[in-house]
Amino acid sequence: MKKIISIAAVGALLLTLAGCAGGSTSGDSASGPKPVDQLVVGFAQVGAESGWRTANTTNIQDSFKEAGIELKFSDAQQKQENQIKAIRSYIQQKVDVIAFSPVVETGWDAVLNEAKAANIPVVLTDRAVDSQDDSLYESFLGSDFVEEGKKAGQWVVDSYKDSTTPVNIIQLEGTTGAAPAIDRAEGFADAIGSDAKFKIVASQTGDFTRAGGKQVTEALLKSNPDVNLIYAHNDDMALGAIEAIEAAGKKPGVDIKIVSVDAVKDGMQALADGKINYIVECSPLLGQQLVDIVKQINDGKTPEKRIITEETTFDQAQAVTALPTRQY
Amino acid sequence: MNPTLLRAVSSRLFWPIVMLVILVAINVVAFPDFLSITVTDGHLFGSVIDILRNGAPTFIIAIGMTLVIATRGIDLSVGAVAAISGAVACSILLGSPDPGAVGTVIVAVAAALVTSLVLGLWNGFLVSVIGIQPIIATLVLMTAGRGVAMLITEGQILTVDSAPFKSLGSGFLLGMPVAVVIGAAIFVVAALLTRRTALGMLIESVGINPEASRQAGVRARVLLFAVYTFCALSAGIAGLILTANQTAADSNNTGLFIELDAILAVVIGGTSLAGGRYSLAGTLVGALVIQTLVTTVYTVGIPPIVTMVFKAAVVTAVCLLQSPATSAAVGRLRYRISARTSRVKEAAAS
Repeated sequence: MKKIISIAAVGALLLTLAGCAGGSTSGDSASGPKPVDQLVVGFAQVGAESGWRTANTTNIQDSFKEAGIELKFSDAQQKQENQIKAIRSYIQQKVDVIAFSPVVETGWDAVLNEAKAANIPVVLTDRAVDSQDDSLYESFLGSDFVEEGKKAGQWVVDSYKDSTTPVNIIQLEGTTGAAPAIDRAEGFADAIGSDAKFKIVASQTGDFTRAGGKQVTEALLKSNPDVNLIYAHNDDMALGAIEAIEAAGKKPGVDIKIVSVDAVKDGMQALADGKINYIVECSPLLGQQLVDIVKQINDGKTPEKRIITEETTFDQAQAVTALPTRQY
Repeated sequence: MNPTLLRAVSSRLFWPIVMLVILVAINVVAFPDFLSITVTDGHLFGSVIDILRNGAPTFIIAIGMTLVIATRGIDLSVGAVAAISGAVACSILLGSPDPGAVGTVIVAVAAALVTSLVLGLWNGFLVSVIGIQPIIATLVLMTAGRGVAMLITEGQILTVDSAPFKSLGSGFLLGMPVAVVIGAAIFVVAALLTRRTALGMLIESVGINPEASRQAGVRARVLLFAVYTFCALSAGIAGLILTANQTAADSNNTGLFIELDAILAVVIGGTSLAGGRYSLAGTLVGALVIQTLVTTVYTVGIPPIVTMVFKAAVVTAVCLLQSPATSAAVGRLRYRISARTSRVKEAAAS
C-alpha cells in the first residue's frame, strides 16, 4: 500500500514538473503578439468590501469572458500580503499581463521588480502605488479623484451663482489618509476656492460609511444649524447624512442640499427621490478598458501611462432615467 | 482638603466622572446650546440625546463585556457577532414578501438573536469546556465572524426599507430613543440579576480564583457559558441597533473595532482586566466618556488628522489618573492630612 502511494506521489510530482516546463516554454514565446484567445491575465482584487467593489469584480470578469481572454482571479480580502502572494503566483504561472488594485499605496517595489525581471507587464487598476520608479508598471487605469472633487465643486459654484448670501458647507470626508478622501477634498476646494461666499464651516471624517456619515452630520447640524449644503466624499456617507437631516426635522435636498461622489444604486435612488441633489460618478466598470490595454500590450504597443475611467455626472432628472439600468 | 472630598477622589469612578464633566464643559464652551434639549415631533432632541443614542450600542456590549471580564476573560468577537446579527436580520427582511410588517421584523430580530446565542455558546464552549484562553478562543470568531457575515450578505451592503425595523435604531419610545430604552433595560436586568442575587459574587469568585471557587462548589463551567452567551446576546442586540440605525447591513463596517471601545469602557469604569470585582455603573460612565469624546471632536471641530491623537491623550490621562500609583499617592496624602489633623486635635486637647 505504501509503495503504491509513493509511486503515485512521484507520478504526481513528475506531472507537475512537466506542467511547469510546458508553462515556461509558452512563456518564452511571448515576445510576438499571441492570438487573443491564448492570452492569460492574472488579476489580484482588493477584496469585496462594498457594493462598488463587487460591481468592479463582476464587470472585469464579464469583460474578459466576452473578449475570450482567460482571467485568473484572486481576492486578497483587504490584505497586502495576500495580494503579494497572488502576484508572485501569477509570475510563477507566467501569465501574460498582471493587473491589480493595490490595497495600500506603499510596499510594492519588491514584488513589482520580480514581475519586471520576469518580463510580465503590470497594469494598476483603480488605485495607484506610491513608488519612485514608474517603470515598474505599464499603465494605471482608474478614476481621477481630484477631477471628481472639481466636478462636485463646479456644480456647487454653478447652482449658487446667482446667490449673494454666504453658502455654508459641511464636508464629510472619507477615511483619513485615503487617496480618494485627500483628492476629492482638494478638487472641491480648488473649484469653489475663488469665491469668498462659499465657506466650509466644518469638515470631519465619516470613514466612508453610513453610520459615520450619520453620526458626524447629527453633531455638526447642531453646532452649525445654518448650514446650506453638505458635500460627501461618497454616497454611503450622504445616505447617512440624509437620515440625520430628517431626524433634525429638515428636508434633505431642499433645506440642505447634498452633493456626493460614487453613484451606487442606493445613492442614485436617493438622487431620484430628490434627497440628494447631484452625484459625480466614480465608475467601477473599467473591465472593457482593461481588456483594451491588455490587447494593446499584446500587440507590442505601449498604452498611455495614465488612463482615466470613463465617468459622468448625474442630476436628479438623469438619475430617474439611469436608475432602471444601474448595475451596482 | 476635607476627608469626604479625599474619599471621593480615591474612588475609582472619580476621575472618569471628572473627565466626563470636563468634556461636557468643553462642548458647552464651543457650542453654548450643547446641553439644551428640545421637543421635536413629540420626542426629545438635542446633543445629549444623540450621545446617549449613539453610545447605546457600545454601552450594551460593554455590559456583557463587564461580566466576561469579571471572570478574568475577554470577548473579542462582539463586533463580528454584531455584524452577523445585522446580516441575518436584514437578509430575512429582504427575503420576505413584506419587510414592513411587524411580524416579519419580529421573526428577523428573533432569528438574529438566536444566532447570537449560538455564537455565544460556541465561545463559552471553547473557553469553559475545551479550556482555550479566552483571548484566543474569541479571536477565532472575531476573524471568522466577518467572513460569515459576508457570506450571509454575499459581500453586498443590504439596504432594507422597513419602518418597524428602522425604529430600533432611530425610533422613539415615550420620547426617548428606542436604543436608549433597550440599553437601560439591559442595564437594569444585568444589575438586578447579578447584584440582587448571588450570581455577581459567584462570577467575581470565578474571576479571582477559578480553582478555589470550583473546590468551594461554584459551577464555573456553567457560569462561563452564561457570561459568554450573555455577552454575545448583548452584541447581537447592539448589532441590530447599529444596523437599524443605518437601515443597512454592512458586514465590513458594522461594529468595526467596537470590541475595543467596549473593553475601554469597562476599563475606564474601573473593572480590572485581571478579573474579580466589577462595576456596571462604572461601565456606564466609561461608555459615556467614550461617546462624549467622539461628539466633542465634531463639535469643537478637531481636524480628522489629529482626532486619533486627541482621543489617545484623553484616554491616557484617564488611565494614568486611575492607576494604582496615582491612587497610592492620593492615599498617602490622605494619611498625612488625617495624621496632621489628629496631631492638631491632640495639641488642642493638651
